[in-house]
Amino acid sequence: MPKCPECDADVTVGVDAVKGEIVACPDCGAELEVTETSPLALALAPEAEEDWGE
Amino acid sequence: MSSAPTVGILLSRVRVEEKLLLEELDRRSVPTKVIDDRELVLEAERKPDLGVDIVVERCIQHSRALYALNVLNTWGIPTVNTFEVADICGNKLLTTMRLIRDGVPTPRTRLAFTPEAATTAIEELGYPAVLKPLVGSWGRLISKVNDRDAAESILEHKDVLGTYMHSIYYVQEYVPKPGRDIRAFVVGDETIGAIYRSSDHWITNTARGGKAARCPVTPELNDLCVRAARAVGGGVVAIDVLEGPEGPLVNEVNYTMEFRNSIDTTGVNIPGKVVDFVLETARKAKQDQE
Repeated sequence: MPKCPECDADVTVGVDAVKGEIVACPDCGAELEVTETSPLALALAPEAEEDWGE
Repeated sequence: MSSAPTVGILLSRVRVEEKLLLEELDRRSVPTKVIDDRELVLEAERKPDLGVDIVVERCIQHSRALYALNVLNTWGIPTVNTFEVADICGNKLLTTMRLIRDGVPTPRTRLAFTPEAATTAIEELGYPAVLKPLVGSWGRLISKVNDRDAAESILEHKDVLGTYMHSIYYVQEYVPKPGRDIRAFVVGDETIGAIYRSSDHWITNTARGGKAARCPVTPELNDLCVRAARAVGGGVVAIDVLEGPEGPLVNEVNYTMEFRNSIDTTGVNIPGKVVDFVLETARKAKQDQE
């Protein structure tokens, strides 16, 4: 099971996860990005920037 | 229709919306290619060879969306939405001017370039007034200016601490609303659904905690929203409507709309409608090329 790079908690990721998907750490709430699916790897997602939005 | 087009999804990160779109495309067996904007290199001098027939823009960063769409559209690659729509919707002043040009009701707006002129603009509109950055989303850095003290303080902060874009002052009248606004989803020539966004706070964005509830799409709401969508160039857009005392006003138009909280609420398969539109746009583009 992958670990949260922020707090080292175990993070459960769905089997249908895709590269680039954002998941939240259940312990610290950090936004994490799935950087690889096989094997699963997580990294801290980038912080929001000024021009982010919809 | 002959073979299905290959659809490229240009994105920064796979949020719920992108996943739903990818699932909808997969369900229909549409060939799909994910294009990560962090890895993208677009050669300006030649047509980008992305191996797709149409690109659905889902970048989280306005600047990346804008410039990528410009290159793609310049080279004749169809996109949803277009560069024009991203350019207009990504800038609140450009959106306002399109709405005014096309007679779509919108809050009274003033543009000023110095803190002193902005103070004059605010006092012309009357307190409270609303100061917004030209570019921005999710209700960030939007200020309700209740009195002259607040005006002077906010304008000084923007002038001293902000980038040059924060010294282009976009001031709007404050529209008293009934604790909610309306977010309507337009795809092509139809308002496919709408939600009320309710909050105790004057900012009602769901990204800021606003609660979603179903809003019926009346013929009047449909007409208003479709006119707003056409004013900015059309496509797949989300319209923010304020229920003002003298009638509805179009506040903003969003071109990379988020809809995760609205599928269950509206009962509308929003990703399905978007994919229908994308495939139809690709079909028409192919027809035009032949």
